[in-house]
Amino acid sequence: MTVLQIVFLGLGLATLVCAAMVVTSPKLVHAALWLIATLACVAGLFVLLEASFLAMVQVAVYIGAIAILIIFAAMLTRRVMAETGGQPNRNWWAAVFAAALLFVGLIGLLREVPAWSAAVPAALPLAPEPLLEDLGQSLVDVDRYVIPFEVASILLLAALVGAIVVARPSQRADEGEGT
Amino acid sequence: MTQDPVGWLGQLIHTFLVSLGLAPEWARALQAFLAAGALATAVLLLTFFLIWVERKILARLQDRLGPNRVGPYGLFQTIADAIKLVLKEVIVPSGADRVLYFLAPPLAVMSVVGLWGVVPLAPKLVGADINVGVIYLISIGAIGTLAVMLAGWSSNNKYALLGAFRTVAMLISYEVPMVVALLVPTMLAGSMGTVEIVERQREMWFVVLAPIAALLFFISSMAEAGKAPFDLLEAESEIVAGYNIEYSSMAFGMFFVGEFLHGFTIAALTVALFFGGWLGPGVDRFPLLGLVYFALKSAVVYFVVIWIRGTLPRLRIDQVNAFNWKFLVPLSLATVAATAVTDKLAAGLGWSRTLALLGVNGVLALATIVALTLYARSVRRRKARAERRIGAAATARG
Repeated sequence: MTVLQIVFLGLGLATLVCAAMVVTSPKLVHAALWLIATLACVAGLFVLLEASFLAMVQVAVYIGAIAILIIFAAMLTRRVMAETGGQPNRNWWAAVFAAALLFVGLIGLLREVPAWSAAVPAALPLAPEPLLEDLGQSLVDVDRYVIPFEVASILLLAALVGAIVVARPSQRADEGEGT
Repeated sequence: MTQDPVGWLGQLIHTFLVSLGLAPEWARALQAFLAAGALATAVLLLTFFLIWVERKILARLQDRLGPNRVGPYGLFQTIADAIKLVLKEVIVPSGADRVLYFLAPPLAVMSVVGLWGVVPLAPKLVGADINVGVIYLISIGAIGTLAVMLAGWSSNNKYALLGAFRTVAMLISYEVPMVVALLVPTMLAGSMGTVEIVERQREMWFVVLAPIAALLFFISSMAEAGKAPFDLLEAESEIVAGYNIEYSSMAFGMFFVGEFLHGFTIAALTVALFFGGWLGPGVDRFPLLGLVYFALKSAVVYFVVIWIRGTLPRLRIDQVNAFNWKFLVPLSLATVAATAVTDKLAAGLGWSRTLALLGVNGVLALATIVALTLYARSVRRRKARAERRIGAAATARG
């Protein structure tokens, strides 16, 4: 077994264990932290795939965002420190069913990929640096992802403007402060 | 050997490990661990010296002598302090989340030491030359935020939680102008790798091409490091000590070390990204000379960090956040847009790149100052009007 294979198996196992802890951990904050661990392991998998850009974005976006999520969890829920009992409720069998269906569907999709049956993994068509450039180009290429990219931009812009409108104090309150 | 001393040493160790009967693949993995350990140890040992430097300079700025009892010029004061910290009892508050409580301090140190992994210290002397170095800096910073949050939450202390909340609010906010300001050296160098960014500064340091971006990066990374005037993390008069209030012994020591090291780290990053890193005369003949240049430049920037820390008072939390969202973020967005357009225009029209970018930065700085003056005037006028109204109401009543 090569070093890479051992690392891959270890990371995959860690991802699964952490993911299981996310849905079974009795404390809300612990569940959020296990989620961070899961996403960190996924970032590790991205590194193994030589997608270092995705790995870094994964860490930057998710870990920062989940720190904020913990704040909300602590602020919006009562008795966060206390154990709230198990997470599973009466619908657990439906969740298991949906997860199993998704898993089978993904396996079915993956079987269509030509590399599935290949004994030797396919080499990367490009070196990492041009791969990153290609990602950037594809976001502004009319034939590729420019429309989803622009739609996402407008959505985020609308969210930004909305946040400002919501947070803006009303005109009367502003005068009352005498500022 | 004189051209690439570290590579030569690495080759030597590799040959030695292979001769011991290790497969080359495993030897390389082991070497990576050894190198990472060596870099982290060196950086943490440097902190002993940095704490002394910071205390000494701060003392001089405040007309004091600073540590001067242990060793020559008080040089060993930090070692004495460290021994004292290690010997103290580790106290865990009741109701604390033990695992998270002890996970936070190492994470805080890791988020700072991890930054050194991509800092190019000298030609061919860099932890890892990854092509996404700039994003790596940001993502490691996010782990520091997480450490603060964990420490504040797991302590089961309201002051700690309050301190953590406001710290996280500040750190997340100041990440925005930092990320945007980092886009400028990325654009100018055409790469996100820190090694490439340093190489591209051979013609001209980026601080000349993008002075505003350099300043924005410096200010926002000061805030990320929690240095005064942004030291809301430990506002003694408001929240006792902030997120690390319950920590004692070396658990506290780790936060302390991380914070002091962060001050020097932002100096090193500023130098690498904007002040030409290890570039200097004679570097190509003697690569290790680059290390000297890098250390000297970083020391100068580090002095400025301490100078600001010793001079400015702490800001209020609303001032800190208003300064970020109403001033730094718009300015950084304007800088990126202006730099991108000017750089392309200058290349297309055959203008001098340095002059064009410098001119645009000058115009931007002037516009900022005019806008600030007008804003200040309108605030003053509004205040005067409000005061007059209150005065009139008082006379009518009286």
